[in-house]
Amino acid sequence: MGGFGLICPAPPAGEERILLAHGGGGRLMHQLLERVFMPAFSNPWLEQRHDGAVVRFNGLRLAFTTDSYVVRPLFFPGGNIGDLAVNGTVNDLAMCGARPLYLSAGFILEEGLALEALREIAAAMRAAAERAGVLLVTGDTKVVDQGHGDGVFINTAGIGVVEAPEEIGPQRVRAGDAVLVSGELGAHGIAVLSVREGLEFDAPIVSDTAPVWEAVRALLAAGVQVHCLRDLTRGGLASALNEIAQAAGVGIRIEEAAIPVAEPVKGACEILGLDPLYVANEGRFAAFVPEGQAERALEALRAAPVSGGAVRIGTVLEESPGVVVLVSRIGGRRVVDMLSGEQLPRIC
Amino acid sequence: MKYVDEYRDPDAAARLAEALRRAVRRPWVIMEICGGQTHSILKSGLEELLPPGISLVHGPGCPVCVTPVELIDAAVAIARRSEVTLCSFGDMLRVPGSGASLLEAKARGADVRVVYSPLEAVKLARARPDRQVVFFAVGFETTAPANALALRQAAAEGLENFSLLVAHVLVPPAIEAILRSPDCRVQGFLAPGHVCTVMGYREYEGLAARYRVPIVVTGFEPVDILEGLLMAVRQLEAGRAEVENQYRRAVRREGNRAAQAALGEVFERADRSWRGIGRIPLSGLRLREPYRRFDALERFAASAAAGQESGECIAGLVLQGLKKPPECPAFGLRCTPERPLGAPMVSSEGACAAYYHYGRREEGGWAGSA
Amino acid sequence: MCLAAPGKIVELLAEDAAGLRRAVVDFAGVRREVSLAFTPEARPGDYVLVHVGFALSVVDEAEAQKIFRYLEEMAEGQAPAPEDSP
Repeated sequence: MGGFGLICPAPPAGEERILLAHGGGGRLMHQLLERVFMPAFSNPWLEQRHDGAVVRFNGLRLAFTTDSYVVRPLFFPGGNIGDLAVNGTVNDLAMCGARPLYLSAGFILEEGLALEALREIAAAMRAAAERAGVLLVTGDTKVVDQGHGDGVFINTAGIGVVEAPEEIGPQRVRAGDAVLVSGELGAHGIAVLSVREGLEFDAPIVSDTAPVWEAVRALLAAGVQVHCLRDLTRGGLASALNEIAQAAGVGIRIEEAAIPVAEPVKGACEILGLDPLYVANEGRFAAFVPEGQAERALEALRAAPVSGGAVRIGTVLEESPGVVVLVSRIGGRRVVDMLSGEQLPRIC
Repeated sequence: MKYVDEYRDPDAAARLAEALRRAVRRPWVIMEICGGQTHSILKSGLEELLPPGISLVHGPGCPVCVTPVELIDAAVAIARRSEVTLCSFGDMLRVPGSGASLLEAKARGADVRVVYSPLEAVKLARARPDRQVVFFAVGFETTAPANALALRQAAAEGLENFSLLVAHVLVPPAIEAILRSPDCRVQGFLAPGHVCTVMGYREYEGLAARYRVPIVVTGFEPVDILEGLLMAVRQLEAGRAEVENQYRRAVRREGNRAAQAALGEVFERADRSWRGIGRIPLSGLRLREPYRRFDALERFAASAAAGQESGECIAGLVLQGLKKPPECPAFGLRCTPERPLGAPMVSSEGACAAYYHYGRREEGGWAGSA
Repeated sequence: MCLAAPGKIVELLAEDAAGLRRAVVDFAGVRREVSLAFTPEARPGDYVLVHVGFALSVVDEAEAQKIFRYLEEMAEGQAPAPEDSP
């Protein structure tokens, strides 16, 4: 059944409106970036279309990123919106090869939100920040009328110092590079969906939200020449690989049998007609490293708890640039398309 | 996952492909009927394992695709009513009507909800007596019994605010329509396994005999489809034309009596127009008289006046296996999942969607090694 | 739309208001409530094919195994004559 789920088709031309799918992490969102934001703001950093920007200042390389969190429901197995707000931004910095240092947090609160819920969210943010080794140094709060928010929306921005010796980004990806993922896929999206759909599990599926800087640091400490890192949030592994394939102008081949998915997540995907390749993750990333360093990279990743399940899933190709190809279990091939619409509403 | 993983086993697939290679002596054209089977084939790249000489064509087994555009328009009109909550399976939301789709109506304020089961719609009707809850009853014989039971339950509970917008279609009349077409090149069929868990396969025996075509009831996983093809090819090579059952673990010849009984209590056969194909007599279901008051078209006096189709959309030819999606001039260019001209591009069982998502858009085949 | 998944009945539940049987079905660790209205013969431990919240068929384990035994025989060199079916 693939990554179809809910798809918002575009309205008839001439009366364009924002649809839920514009936030989905897939094709429509990219079109929005290309058609509205890039023309308005274009500059060399934005052209890179990477999760964070690396800027030079007085000899220092700083990474800077921002992200907004609109997940519904606010509380789900394994965490709440607060965890995502810290880990998501911290991880965007890590994906630039930067040690996360400081965060800001802006809250948009809906009138009527229970203070107890807000306390719990703030507590989660503090714990997550401690675990990630960052300080929340500035913030803002606004309140909107009841009915105009989903309880709470959070925006966080983050600064980190780049510790990777060389640039990390799609432009460094080369044919022959090994494609690794840091662990099993699909837990976050299924955890969130399980609340909405009333799914029950033998052993509950919990969100994989976690800071991943430890794993990136381990890679760098092992001397691996990391070409590119990408977290696998909205749109899942498939979207991340497609973005990189297109930005880098390379093809990517992955092996279905190598893609790690826990049994209950597989089961949930089967009965809901979802494809794990498109399900969101919050503490997982893909890494592109030179072929000859794949083993060393996996060893380094597996030593860090957050990436203990790291495996190699594929290879970068020279052929079919911009296309991600999957070799199925039975040995046939198919394309892994960019997510066409909104597979799961509001999972990040 | 038991009863799933084994049927995706590479060794089993390789051995069946080998057996197919040995069995094929002449070229054969075989149609898999169900869109779910089409997707399984494309998602697993199964055609690469087939020997040259076996041509697969894709059938009309996509109930979302064949729902007449008039009913989509009626659904949109009904959903726009302020007192209505329209519930539907997710797929239907994206299908273009003459104008808007249900999802576009939702974006503009219509109360449209996705459900995974008709019972969820009944639950909603129970919880919200102030709303008119309409369930868009789309599907083949697989889904009709569940919808029948849900309606029976609603009726028993006196949930007069519940109604069904009925769009059910039946498989055997569609197969016959395909066989009767003068352009039909199909020599054997893989019949839809889940439809047959409900209906059994007795109805196909007459078709096989009359039209001299083998029909193999087949499951959905790659190993199922390969075994089904092997059984069909062996019949074709031997000049046989019988109904066989590949999906033995789930299908019995007489089907599921309890499900058929529920279906028969609530629905009766009626003529139905298949989108892109045209009117096929007695190929659909409608509510029987005792349940007629739950019919949404009647309740809301919604017109099912003839709708408008995109001039370019060749969905009908695709659904009958006469063209493959990449042969459509609009495929991937003017017709995409974001801006579909027709239904098969947005249904999870549509052939166009399968080719678009799983195949190289430009040529529908492979360029470059992988 | 013809999506049906096989799951194992782990627990029978009280009949619903209409007197129809319901059960908890396990799909590789995910549990869902399912109506057994169409499979009155199903028992805990059975596998059923579930479609839109209803069990449509009890999976026949013996039949399910046949294809794999046949393929083993094939591999062992006992290729059957073309007329034989598995």
